[in-house]
Amino acid sequence: MNRITLLALAIIATAVISISPASAGPTLDAVRARGTLNCGVNLGLAGFSAPDDKGDWTGLDADFCRAVAAAIFGDKPKIKFVPLAAKERFTALQSGEIDLLSRNTTWTMSRDTTQGLTFSVVNYYDGQGFMVKKAAGIASAKDLKGATVCVQSGTTTELNLADYFRTNNLDYRVIVFEKQDESLAAYNAGRCDAFTTDASGLYAERLKLGAVDDHIVLPEIISKEPLGPAVRQGDEQWSNIIRWTQFALVGAEELGLTQANVSDQANAANPEIRRFVGAEGDFGKGIGLQKDWAVQVVRAVGNYGESFERNLGSGSRIKIARGLNRLWTQGGLQYAPPIR
Amino acid sequence: MINPFANFDAKRRAIALQAAVVVVLLALIAAAIHNAAVNLEKQNIASGFGFLNRTAGFDISQHLIPYKNTDTYARAFWVGLTNTLLVATLGIIFATIFGFLLGIARLSSNWLVAKLALVYVEVVRNVPLLLWLFVIYFGVLLRLPSVADSLHIPGGILLNLRGLYVPWPWGTPAWPVIGAHNVEGGLAIEPELIALTMGLVSYTTAFIGEIVRGGIESVSRGQGQAARALGLNESQALRHVILPQALRAIVPPLTNQYVNLAKNSSLAVAVGYPDLVSVFAGTILNHTNQAVETIAITMAVYLVISLSISAAMSALDARVALEER
Repeated sequence: MNRITLLALAIIATAVISISPASAGPTLDAVRARGTLNCGVNLGLAGFSAPDDKGDWTGLDADFCRAVAAAIFGDKPKIKFVPLAAKERFTALQSGEIDLLSRNTTWTMSRDTTQGLTFSVVNYYDGQGFMVKKAAGIASAKDLKGATVCVQSGTTTELNLADYFRTNNLDYRVIVFEKQDESLAAYNAGRCDAFTTDASGLYAERLKLGAVDDHIVLPEIISKEPLGPAVRQGDEQWSNIIRWTQFALVGAEELGLTQANVSDQANAANPEIRRFVGAEGDFGKGIGLQKDWAVQVVRAVGNYGESFERNLGSGSRIKIARGLNRLWTQGGLQYAPPIR
Repeated sequence: MINPFANFDAKRRAIALQAAVVVVLLALIAAAIHNAAVNLEKQNIASGFGFLNRTAGFDISQHLIPYKNTDTYARAFWVGLTNTLLVATLGIIFATIFGFLLGIARLSSNWLVAKLALVYVEVVRNVPLLLWLFVIYFGVLLRLPSVADSLHIPGGILLNLRGLYVPWPWGTPAWPVIGAHNVEGGLAIEPELIALTMGLVSYTTAFIGEIVRGGIESVSRGQGQAARALGLNESQALRHVILPQALRAIVPPLTNQYVNLAKNSSLAVAVGYPDLVSVFAGTILNHTNQAVETIAITMAVYLVISLSISAAMSALDARVALEER
């Protein structure tokens, strides 16, 4: 079957079959009844969501799926990871195929307000950059005048790229591919002078190129890319669960709670920790979850810092510095509102 | 006992029945549209065609009509459509030429030529087109020399992995020269266009070859023998006697191949060619997220393209039809 027929069928199915989950009842009930969280992730982006040697999904975004599932189901979370290409991701969410989109997706105003999606939290502050071959002798994005750039279709990247070259009055050519792997292969073959995506993605994709040192990431960051999970509009409770799961991850790091010690805090003295673990008050109730929801989150994937270091930072092959994603107390932007 | 329906005109009954079917069908379509609209509204997803007048904001590598990223989505749509029409037209022309040659080669009295043609048909048509596109693009074209080491072809033509550059009176400069990043001047034919055209042509050629062979074989042997007896040589017999009669059997199935080729061009995005599906049902769909509208427009466009091909081929079919006397 050719592409247009396939796409058309998918869209018709989306449009015609009544899209009930958003309106009929809270997503949480549907997930509980099904017993599984359907979580949309990247097809394969090291550090965010990619299958490992054993076929398990790993990465910051995959961890976020696990954290949400743990908050809902406790210590026996069931998750179905649904790998999605950039251009399929919103349709998959709108049609109810997935409950949660955790796929390095940039929060933009039009996506948040006109596309039936809700973003509410940022789990990775990113920005778009360029990768070039070292041998090309390019030191700055300003040297890319007249260059050809490879990019993936259906992303904010395409728009930032056009904005950047227009602002700097540089001419360029763009070659657009559907999948990041094809785009990267074309860059590697020499079809393009530069490859562009979010900076974190550049470091992760560079690992696929074999001779990593032959490629450099240029210093310019040309856009703001706040990446975060998205859900369907119209289910406040579900949106709260997603937002507070991320706050629990960050809050745990602020409080010094880790995967190793979070289970032993029942007698902690610090009232903030007591509220976090459910020893005081019942904050899970407000989002339809158990008292110990936050403990389950941290037990499943560790705190935000642990998940970051394991997937993207020093504990990974990618070794990205935390930068903007440090806690606010350390000069970064990650900040969790208090649980009280 | 008198049958109350006995007087009912059978013809009128048939019309009433057909009308009922049409009404039910229209009602179903209306219900589907209403349902989609209600659900989109409920999910707070924008709908309508107003987005077409918004600024596109992205660039397209190949445009036959003037286009810049400050133009509208509607303009980008026309860019995608003209790119689709370009590749479909090139594909149909070359696939027809090579298909006829292949079909004739299949029936060649030269054993080697006939067998090579057979091998070509079996190898090409039994592997999915998408794989051929990958082989041609990533396996062949992107393995050509880099810009600095461009192949110089007599006539001032340059060939490298960024494309084929031919002298062009309107190019700046007219003769292609090697620049800092890319070849400058001349007319650039990008490898994406070459790959897609080559893929569509080589694939469809295999099918057209078989259709042509079948068409020729449908003409009775006596015709060829009679032509030879009249003193025509083999190629004259083919051109003046066999092919005109074979065309009657060739044209109808050829229509299918042309329509298939036009629709298969929607695989373009796999090799980075900015066709209608890549630009409109890909990038624009994603940026506006108005899936229902963009897909509906795209489907309508392919429908019009396919129906136009069918209409043109019907006209051709009428011309080659046997004239009854």
